[in-house]
Order: sequence, then structure tokens, then C-alpha cells
Amino acid sequence: MFSNFDFQAIIQALPYLFGQGMVFTLTLTVLSALGGLMLGTLLALARISGGRVLSTVATGYVNLMRTLPLVLVIFWFYFMVPYIGQWLLQESRPIKVGGFSSALLTFIMFEAAYFSEIMRGGIQSVARGQNAAGLALGLTGGQTMRYIVLPQVLRTMLPVLLTQTIVLFQDTSLVYVLSLTDFLGAASKIAQRDGRLVEMYCFAALVYFAICFLASQAVRHLQSRVAIIR
Amino acid sequence: MNYHWNWGIFWDASPEGAGTYADMLIGGLRITLAVSVLAWMIALTTGSAVGVLRSLPNPWLKRLANAYIELLRNIPLLVQLFLWYFVLPEIVPEAWGDWLKSLRDAPFYTAVIGLGLFMSARVAVQVSTGIAALPRGQMAAGLALGLTLPQTYRYVILPNAFRVILPPLTSETINTIKNSSVALTIGLAELTARARAIQEFSFQVFEAFTAATLIYLVINMIATLLMRMLERQMRIPGYGAK
Amino acid sequence: MQFCGFSQEYPVRKFARLSLLSLTLLMPGLVQAQSGGTLQKVKETGTITIGYRESSAPFSYLDDHQKPVGFAIDICMRIVEAVKAELKLPNLKVELTPVTSSNRIPLMANGTVDLECGSTTNNVDRQKQVSFTNTHFLTASIFVAKKSAGLHRIADLKGKTVVSTAGSTNIAQLNKVNAEQNLGINIIPGKDHAEGLLMVETGRAAAFVMDDVIIAGLVASSKDPALFANGDEAFSKPEPYGIMLRKDDPTFKALVDATTAKLYKAEGETLYTKWFMKPIPPKGINMNLPLTPAMKKALQTPSDNPDPASYGG
Repeated sequence: MFSNFDFQAIIQALPYLFGQGMVFTLTLTVLSALGGLMLGTLLALARISGGRVLSTVATGYVNLMRTLPLVLVIFWFYFMVPYIGQWLLQESRPIKVGGFSSALLTFIMFEAAYFSEIMRGGIQSVARGQNAAGLALGLTGGQTMRYIVLPQVLRTMLPVLLTQTIVLFQDTSLVYVLSLTDFLGAASKIAQRDGRLVEMYCFAALVYFAICFLASQAVRHLQSRVAIIR
Repeated sequence: MNYHWNWGIFWDASPEGAGTYADMLIGGLRITLAVSVLAWMIALTTGSAVGVLRSLPNPWLKRLANAYIELLRNIPLLVQLFLWYFVLPEIVPEAWGDWLKSLRDAPFYTAVIGLGLFMSARVAVQVSTGIAALPRGQMAAGLALGLTLPQTYRYVILPNAFRVILPPLTSETINTIKNSSVALTIGLAELTARARAIQEFSFQVFEAFTAATLIYLVINMIATLLMRMLERQMRIPGYGAK
Repeated sequence: MQFCGFSQEYPVRKFARLSLLSLTLLMPGLVQAQSGGTLQKVKETGTITIGYRESSAPFSYLDDHQKPVGFAIDICMRIVEAVKAELKLPNLKVELTPVTSSNRIPLMANGTVDLECGSTTNNVDRQKQVSFTNTHFLTASIFVAKKSAGLHRIADLKGKTVVSTAGSTNIAQLNKVNAEQNLGINIIPGKDHAEGLLMVETGRAAAFVMDDVIIAGLVASSKDPALFANGDEAFSKPEPYGIMLRKDDPTFKALVDATTAKLYKAEGETLYTKWFMKPIPPKGINMNLPLTPAMKKALQTPSDNPDPASYGG
């Protein structure tokens, strides 16, 4: 019953919920979005203009990531990242990776697959003539991509990329399964410690809703502006 | 060497008493499929209804549909499952709450309903975009033929709209299967949870997760193939863009 | 349109081939042999990482500043001191990483944590993947239920929903008994111990199966301890808890064994009294568990034997 809803429990927990939890969630979201965008762009380029082997590997990777549940991918990477690090750096033992770095790597690797699909769609939508024009001006293929195509893609795809980032923001709540202290993790730790499930989960839902709703309204606004410019 | 490979682990008896570790995976697969199919049915029916509401001329119905979509789309699935599982029984009258909590398969029902409604918002968006993408003349033609508004929807608008949105619905089908794994947080023994349980009992992390990964690949491929077949079946010769 | 501004086409067969390919390429090459033990790793990185538990009071849990404390944490800090002395690294950095029953063993194997300080049962199965130092506690697996439910014996759980922590020895024992006695218990895995008792408190589960000492700690700090009653029948003999280390690392194990043996013999009882006979943070609860003869013997004659019988329990 809502009659014994304890607002005091929420107020007392605010510094922990936002000072630790939300900071973790936002840092993870922003860094994963940037990292995912970079890796995703590389994957998209590999698929479009890489050689056969490169484009095959990139396609396989993107499809694999898009077929697996994020929860499973999170488990995979949490246990695998130290071994991957060992292999990449040719170290003699698995490298130590903390919870945050491990989550960050997981989300970059996972979201890159989704960002790469957006970027690929964008790159293909830029008129072919522009590519030819760039080459005709004496730019190399790489320069054309870097100075002519990608800036346009980023601009037109910005709303879609931001929408994907909102999805990513929601997805970060799944680090709950690793017992990390993101916003939901913090709320659930307080909920269990104080037996305040109703208050904490309702409050968490409200905060997620407010942030995602406002952010998606802002994206919609941006979308209409971008649309006018084009 | 720190890790002891043992691919034969799946044929060992599981500590749960009944069957092998492989049987644990199969049991998990069954639950994943059952939850996904039931949730997808809820998502399709509820989502279509909301999508149609959103396409109607009445501004209040449109607002109602939009509110539903925004509410379900802007809260993470995990949080929604927690609301259904932990919060709902505490805020309904006590007798109902006790009944809910005493349900033996509470995680299963919670997962079906929570996931179904979560996905329904996404289906609703697809359906209403599908309807909006149809030429306006179709509605006018239906009404001019003397069909009522519901009849026009039933016989003209919806059949065409669904053909338009079949491809995006394919990826939502796969999303439903993938998202069912989130329900392991409320104790549902679905595929990912079972792979994790194998890891917990036998400590064979990589074997267990590899098996789960392969199973997800296979079921998602089958789901994609089935939807492809459906698309082909449904195609009206000469109609629709490809 | 939000999510599908791009093509959703999968060429299915090609996709299958590619996915399998990338999977097989990625995997086995990664998990390879490693050289150099924990001590060398700690020396090179200047850091030692301790895995702690969030709700294993009074062994390893969070106080009101969300900082890990407890009996096992105190023991581990002594081990850290010994490592500092051994490596002559007075400024050794200590990192704390939360672990759960479910992930502590893989995280130990993959190098995320170097010492796991909590309430981990030392048994033969686990020794295939990890190693343990001298026993720091003995505890049996029991169940707790609401007093009003009138559950006393294991058979009373028949057909009920029972929670136990995922990845614990307790859930394995519960599964085994359930299968052997054909009880038809609906077993739900909980994420951590606190969630287990909360499921009983909110009526989600009829009982929670866990080590008796963990149950005692959770019940004592719950909102209304009088609400709960323990079952009379145990699922196991008292089993040993140990601090967990990586397997096949004899130098590190020798150091940790020597340190804990010395500590348990000299100050074991003092440390025990601090955590089990006096008020502990965060709420100032007193566990009030006097030292048993078996426990006293375990501290006086330190051993890492996984066999419960060897402790005369």
C-alpha cells in the first residue's frame, strides 16, 4: 500500500543514488557512446570499403552482436576481457580489469555493432557524386571520407545516433547483473538494505523516465531543425 | 594454466538431480521460447491496438496512445520487470498481493507480461508508422465503398500496413527473444540463467556461455527464416516496394 | 522513424557462417597458459585486488558508508600487510571489487581479484578451479522461514517456493535434497544473500536456504528479527570457510597460509570476539555467537582441509 510510502528513505539516499549511481551511469553512457561511435564507424567503413576479408569479419561481428542478448554479452565480456587484454598486449597473465572498465569495454563493443549499422546507412545515403567530386578534386579516398562524407553523415544521422544513445542509457541498467553500482544498482542496494523496494524502484523508474523522456523530446526538436536545414 | 577446459561437461549429471547439464540448457531454451512466444503475442495484440488508436483522428485517443508508448519506452526493461515483480504486489490490496506472491511461476508470468507490454510500445510505433505510410486514398476508398471505419481498418488498412512493417517486425521478434534474458534478474530459469547456473555449479564459464551463444544464434536464425517465409507468403504480386 | 533507418536484411546462411567463424576465432586462443604467480603480478602492478561481498555479515559486508568491513576483511588486511613486507612495497595499493557467489570463481581465475574475502565454502569441487587458505569459520547449511509459517523440517518445504543464493554451495545442496527426496520444491536463485531473506520477508518465498551464520547476521539486522525462525534440520554438516586464492600458485599460497596460521593462533580469538561477540557496524548489532569447541580447534590448529569431518563438526 502507498500509505506507508517513505519519502524520507528516498531523500536520505539521494546523495548515494546520484553522487555515485547516476555519475557511474552517465559516465558509462557518454564514454560508451563515444567509443561505440568510433568503433562503429570503423566497422561501417570496413564493411563498405574494406577488402573482402575485412568486410566479412566486420559483418560477422556486427551480426553476432546483434543476435545475442546484452545480458549474455555482459557476462561474456566480464569474464573474457582480462584474457582479451592478455592476448592483445601479449602479457604473461590475464590483465586486471576493474568493474567499470569492463562494463565500458562491453558496451563499446556491443553498441559499436548498432552504431555501425546507423553509420553504414548514413554513408550509403550520401550521394555517390560527392565521392566522385572529392576524388576529382585530388583528395584521396580516405580524405574524401574524412572531410566530405563523414561530416555530412554525422550531421544527418545525429538524431538517430542520439536516440541510440538514449537506448544505451537505458541498457546500462543491466550492469545490475554484475553487482556494479550504477543508478539502478545503487537504488537496489538501498532497497535491499532498508527493505524499501517500493520506494526505491518507483523512484528509479521515475528518474529514468524523466531523463529519457526529456532527452527524446530534445532529440525530436533537433530532428525537425536538421530536417529544415537539409 | 588457470582454466581447465572440459567440453564433455554437458554430458555430466547436473547437481540438480534430474538429468545432465545439457538438459539444463534444454530446459532453459524451452522457457526462453515459451516466454518469447507468449510475450510476442501480447506485444502484437496490445501493440496493434495502441498503434491503431494512435492513427485515429480523435486527438484524445492519440494522446492516450502516445502516453502509453512514451511511458513504456522511456523506462528500462529491467526496471519495468522490477516494478511488476517487486512493487505491484505491495501496492494492490493485501489479499491480491499475497496471491500474486504465492504464484508458483510468478517469474514466468511477470516476464511474459512485463516483456510483452515493453515490446508492445515498440510494435505500436511500427503499426502506426505503417498505417501512416499507406496512401491516404486507401482509407477514403474503403469508406466510400460503404465500409464502416472499423471495417476499413480490418479489411483494408491493417492488412496493408502489416505487409509494410513485416521487416521491422522481424527484428522486433528477435529483440523479444533477446530481451527475455533480462528476466533472469527476477529468477526466471531461462537460457542465459541456465548457462550461468552451469557456470556456478561446474565453474566451466566458457563452455556454458559458448553453448548458450550457439543456441541463441540458431533460434534467431530460425525466427528470421520463419519471418522471411511469412513475408514471401504475404506478398501481393506487384504491390509494395522491395 | 526511430530505430530502423537502416536495412534489416540478414543474408541468413552467410550470417551463420560468419558468426561461427568470428566466435571460433575469438575464443580458445585467448585462454592460455600464464606464467608468474600472484606475488609477481602484485609486484609488477603495485596493486593487490580484494574481492568482497556486499551482504555476508559479519564476514564481508558494507557498513553505512558503503565501505567493506568484516571478519574476513580484517584477515585479508593482515595478508596485505604480509604481502607488503614480503615484497618491500610499503605503498602497495589495495583495490576493492565487489563479487557475488555467482561470479567470484571466474573472477578469481581471470585475474580480476587476487584474494576473495568473504564467506566462501572450501570444498573439493571448487578446488578444481581455485585454492583456499586456512579455515576461518565452520557453518552448516540450514533454512529460515517466517515463524508464522510453522516450517521445521526439510520435508515441510515440500511443494513450496524456496530461495537460495545463486552460485552458493547451499543452492546445490538444496537441489540435491529436492531431487533425492522428491520434494517438488520450486527453487529460485537469489542474486545475493540480502535478496534471499527479503524474498522470505515479503512473502515471495517460503524459506531461504543459507549458511546458519549468514542467516543469523541477516535476521539480526532485519527490520523485525522476531518475524523469523530457523528450521531444525540442517542440509549439511558444518563446512569450512576459507579465503580464496588462485590455483597452482604455491609461493603466494605459502605466504598466505603462514600469515593466516600465525594470525589465527595468536589473535584468532580476539578477532572472533570483535565480530561475533560485540556490537558491529552499521547498526551496532551483537551476533552473540560464542566460540564453539570445533571453531576453537580450527583456529588453534589451522588447516585448509575441505573435508567437514576433519573438523570434528
